[in-house]
Amino acid sequence: MTDLNTLTLADARDALRRGDTTSKELTEACLKAIDGAGALNAFVHHTPEIALERAAEADKRIAAGDAPDMCGLPIGIKDLFCTEGVPSQAASRILEGFLPQYESTITAQLKSAGAVMLGKLNMDEFAMGSSNETSAYGNAVNPWRRGNDDAQLTPGGSSGGSAAAVAADLCLAATGTDTGGSIRQPAAFTGIVGIKPTYGRCSRWGVVAFASSLDQAGPMTKTVRDSAIMLGAMCGHDPKDSTSANLPVPDFEAALTGDIRGKKIGIPREYRMDGMPEDIEKLWDDGAAMLRDAGAEIVEISLPHTKYALPAYYVIAPAEASSNLARYDGVRFGHRAKLEQGDGITELYEKTRAEGFGAEVQRRVMVGTYVLSAGFYDAYYNRARRVRTLIKKDFEDVFAQGVDAILTPATPSAAFGLGEMTDADPVKMYLNDVFTVTVNMAGLPGIAVPTGLDKQGLPLGLQLIGRPWEEADLLSSAYVLEQAAGFVAKPGKWW
Amino acid sequence: MLDLSYDLPKPRVIAGAKHDWELVIGMEVHAQVASNAKLFSGASTQFGAEPNSNVAFIDAAMPGMLPVINEYCIEQAVRTGLGLNAEIHLKSAFDRKNYFYPDQPAGYQISQLYHPIVGEGEVLVELGDGTARPVRVERIHMEQDAGKSIHDMDPDMSFVDLNRAGVCLMEIVSRPDIRSAEEAAAYILKLRQIMRYLGTCDGDMQNGNLRADVNVSVCRPGDYERYRESGDFGHLGTRCEIKNMNSTRFIQQAIEVEARRQIAILEAGGEVDQETRGFDPVKGETRTQRSKEEAHDYRYFPDPDLLPLEIEQDWVDQIKSSLPELPDAKKARFINDFGLTDYDASVLTADLDSAGYFEAVAAGRDGKMAANWVINELFGRLKKDDKDIDASPVTPAQLGGIIDLIASDAISGKIAKDVFEIAYTTGRDPAEIVETEGLKQVTDTGAIEAAVDEIIAANPDQVAKAQENPKLAGWFVGQVMKATGGKANPKAVNELVAQKLKG
Repeated sequence: MTDLNTLTLADARDALRRGDTTSKELTEACLKAIDGAGALNAFVHHTPEIALERAAEADKRIAAGDAPDMCGLPIGIKDLFCTEGVPSQAASRILEGFLPQYESTITAQLKSAGAVMLGKLNMDEFAMGSSNETSAYGNAVNPWRRGNDDAQLTPGGSSGGSAAAVAADLCLAATGTDTGGSIRQPAAFTGIVGIKPTYGRCSRWGVVAFASSLDQAGPMTKTVRDSAIMLGAMCGHDPKDSTSANLPVPDFEAALTGDIRGKKIGIPREYRMDGMPEDIEKLWDDGAAMLRDAGAEIVEISLPHTKYALPAYYVIAPAEASSNLARYDGVRFGHRAKLEQGDGITELYEKTRAEGFGAEVQRRVMVGTYVLSAGFYDAYYNRARRVRTLIKKDFEDVFAQGVDAILTPATPSAAFGLGEMTDADPVKMYLNDVFTVTVNMAGLPGIAVPTGLDKQGLPLGLQLIGRPWEEADLLSSAYVLEQAAGFVAKPGKWW
Repeated sequence: MLDLSYDLPKPRVIAGAKHDWELVIGMEVHAQVASNAKLFSGASTQFGAEPNSNVAFIDAAMPGMLPVINEYCIEQAVRTGLGLNAEIHLKSAFDRKNYFYPDQPAGYQISQLYHPIVGEGEVLVELGDGTARPVRVERIHMEQDAGKSIHDMDPDMSFVDLNRAGVCLMEIVSRPDIRSAEEAAAYILKLRQIMRYLGTCDGDMQNGNLRADVNVSVCRPGDYERYRESGDFGHLGTRCEIKNMNSTRFIQQAIEVEARRQIAILEAGGEVDQETRGFDPVKGETRTQRSKEEAHDYRYFPDPDLLPLEIEQDWVDQIKSSLPELPDAKKARFINDFGLTDYDASVLTADLDSAGYFEAVAAGRDGKMAANWVINELFGRLKKDDKDIDASPVTPAQLGGIIDLIASDAISGKIAKDVFEIAYTTGRDPAEIVETEGLKQVTDTGAIEAAVDEIIAANPDQVAKAQENPKLAGWFVGQVMKATGGKANPKAVNELVAQKLKG
């Protein structure tokens, strides 16, 4: 078998079970692909020894015949997940040298399911960014290019390394996290599938926090079926996370029936923005038509508070981040600035944080500090929370009308060029999240599915938003969309 | 329960150079919850462990770590609230109080600003002179303690011990109802007593398990009453907060000097700045720690890692039904059932061990006599040895036995003290001591009469004098007691001496 690294999780699983290949072979194929893909800068910590060791264990389990779905499948882990004894830096200089003595719940679950960790993946620093350009390791690069243009494109962010690695077949799948669109936007930019489950589905324990009330991990995979398989291994109740839901985990893969007849799919009119690229608009219409053809009822719906979501998000997320990031002070772990004679604790804090945090993180810490400060709290933070309640209610109302899922574009554009937005107003970058933040604000599950290419040959994705805790149903609709779209394009290998 | 009625104590009036001033005090008492594990982690709360040995990953604020509420700490807070007759909030929530300090590893303290678990309650503060003041409690909220910064181990470096970081504290916030330094001390001691009864805080002030921030202001006579009528704090003076006091003696000193400092400023035409001050017991003065301008902006907001805390009324009721008899009720019962004085009842109910000991001694015996023996003999003797009641070598049964021997006229009160001392030092049984040592008092009037006759016959001069002055009869009584080795029944001796002297 050649090109084992290009397999989907499902195909690799089945091949392993049939004895057509081994986890060792799969893992070696991925390690080789990773070695040859330095130009993508997707993997930032390589763990081949761990990978081969786990592959050998997995092969034993598979031979014994009781292996779970993920057993033996090589995957990448976003650098935001703490992995025991392996650098976990959240792509920040401030966590330089930090080796956790613990394993995040999600990676521990994947590990016990037999998944093989290949290494840690690039991302925006502390998951703050939409282009992977805020990473302390330098940005990851999108394997896709515009036609014959060799300009480097962003893989999106913050889970840009995960997206690039999966799209370039460096691993069969990867973990991502999504606070405002950080799984779905990079998935859309790289032509892969990414699901952000309902807030509370996946444990946050051991995942470096950005904005605690919005952060949620999820899988980034080549297909919807793969997302179903991997999500099943990632989620479940965790008593160590007070916001983790004590609900049973359904068999997501079994939910992929291909039958969505009679389902009601909502098209929110407020998401039809002025100046939306034609390609996106067409993609959206086509997606709706595909679902209609599959027997779903397409209805126009209204989510009236949508336009307030982005500004409210950029109050709440920085507010929580400013507090969550206070622990990076140079006292106990990570980077500590060299001090001058006579410097005290204030200088330790100031110098360490000035050196350790990049510009975007500093900006958000300052914004967050500002919106929580005396005299501004009500005008910003409290108002944003009220907006959040209204956004949640918008969705509740629509679901109460019998809508099963909502179809929107995943991003307002295809992947843009690296450096293109460097000098732009940061708000322009924030606009990348315009279709995705509402979902985090409401705590709902959302999935990005690649359904087409733009005129320049870049992948575009649609987003489906589901009812809380109904990921199975959402994956089922996404599966139908994926099958109908028949997206099979792959980036041409240039790296 | 018998309600005891008290008069209100007079507020402390301080004569200024120009006119009189009154004290107004409110207190924030931080009580460490008695629990084995911390508020949000499983790490031990044990005092005196190796530095940084009782630290879970979350206590050190390691990346990705999350808090999980320790249910027992919630139960302790609810129990405390019930013990202070306070309203229990079935819904409460945790907030983050943000500030940077090395002994606060997360950069924020998890506390309850907006929705505390316990609401309004009341504590009766007795002053021991027949007066008592009901002090209103505004709220009790739960929060994490900080670690400890150590600055004196190295000339260039500071060290941090996180053993204490994350330990559960209850902050008990009073209204400004306290009117003198003495009341302030009595208030914290009353809280301590109640919490020790409840088992919710060990009350160890020396180790900082119970400490207070004291808010002091002064006002002109009459202003306070105007505040109470209107609820308008504008009638009161500007307050200063004296931080982190863990001794009742220093609390009292600090209040007095702070009040005088404020009065001096006001009488000189100045204004008191609202600020945080510290008390220096060596110099006997308070000093600015943080002015209003330097005050932290804590940027409180609801902790997104914790869902709002909801508890059930049934659970609260269960806790309520498990509460012990509290000090006020116990004291009232002791006064009512045993006929004790207010003072004796206060002493005996100061802590549960003393009260329990007393009750065991008093069961089926004369309450007043039991109180006398417990307070005067036992407590006195224990104090001499610096021992606590729970380390008493004399059991309640033994002390009760001594009282029984007195009551049955087997021994006199004086001999009883000797018996007590023997029992205390040897642990022997009182009845056995009396038997073995031959201490049983002589009640046989024939034997006593013989002894009286003998002494009268031998001392004709004294007889003559005593007949002149009956007060001198005591000399004969003493001689008879001496002759019988103290074992003669004193009452019988008195009667016989009086009779014989009359001739």
